[in-house]
Amino acid sequence: MKKFIFYAPIAAFLALAFVLWRGLYLDPTELPSVLIDKPMPSFVMTTVEGEPVSNADLPGRVFLLNVWGSYCLPCLVEHPTLMRLSEEGEFPVVGVNYRDRRLLALDWLDVNGDPFEYSILDEDGRFGIDLGVYGAPETFLVDGEGVIRYRHVGVLEENVWREVFMPAIAELRGALAPSP
Amino acid sequence: MYSPRLLLLTALLLAATPGFSQVDTFVFENDEQQQRFRQLSNELRCPMCQNANLTGSPGGVAEDLRREIHRMILAGNTDAEIEQFMFERYGDFIFYLPRLRADTVLLWFGPLLFLLLGGYIGWRIFRQASGNQQAASGVALDQAEKERLRRLLDDE
Repeated sequence: MKKFIFYAPIAAFLALAFVLWRGLYLDPTELPSVLIDKPMPSFVMTTVEGEPVSNADLPGRVFLLNVWGSYCLPCLVEHPTLMRLSEEGEFPVVGVNYRDRRLLALDWLDVNGDPFEYSILDEDGRFGIDLGVYGAPETFLVDGEGVIRYRHVGVLEENVWREVFMPAIAELRGALAPSP
Repeated sequence: MYSPRLLLLTALLLAATPGFSQVDTFVFENDEQQQRFRQLSNELRCPMCQNANLTGSPGGVAEDLRREIHRMILAGNTDAEIEQFMFERYGDFIFYLPRLRADTVLLWFGPLLFLLLGGYIGWRIFRQASGNQQAASGVALDQAEKERLRRLLDDE
């Protein structure tokens, strides 16, 4: 009993210190998405170019849903990565033009290049709310069934692509592959 | 008297009034709705600015969420429905008071747990200490010891 009394505060201190120490290295701006493993919210909207678009128009394979805006500087940082992915063609990129103005968005695509299959026009951010978006850039990984599998908040750098997205995609494919 | 400079100055002063700063002006059907709107935007947390509620946050998403609360109140949604709507999109983070669930139990009752643990340890230590004291005062001195104690005290 005496031993317990002696060691309990030390154990409690160590446990607390470990939790707080771990907390130092967590990014508080990265909130877990509640939409993981849930289907994409349903939408009937238009693209930035003015074409009607809905869930039926989503690529029937693994794709990226990238939330962007012409005002968004980090979006320019990840733009080359999106361009590369789009050129390689393995993973289609669908854009969500979030809280932007249509003409500014069109201009931005014109000047910087358009990596998107199409960009869903979300001028008032209403679709963004359904996605749980809180600021561009955010990138969702969506599978062929239209189920959201992963969400990355912030710039999609090449290392994020390699270290986070590629393993996640490999895992998805493993789960989807027909068992022998 | 009405010099152009004075007019310009007045115009500039008027332009600087806080009244011109951007404020949401939501119109409600009655005070009760307005009260609910205020309560909800005070209790929900802005997902972007981390430590501000929806009322106090200048963030774009907070603006959108306030607009959404206003729309839902006018559409006749209850507070619980609006909170559920937010929860389904932004998760526990949106609440300043997280919901009580299996994985939030520690958050709610952790402090109580620590208080009980500390109280128990404190009580044990206290009891042990007072036990020792009792044992010490319970020892009777024999004749020789009493004599020695008296001599020691006299020397002082």
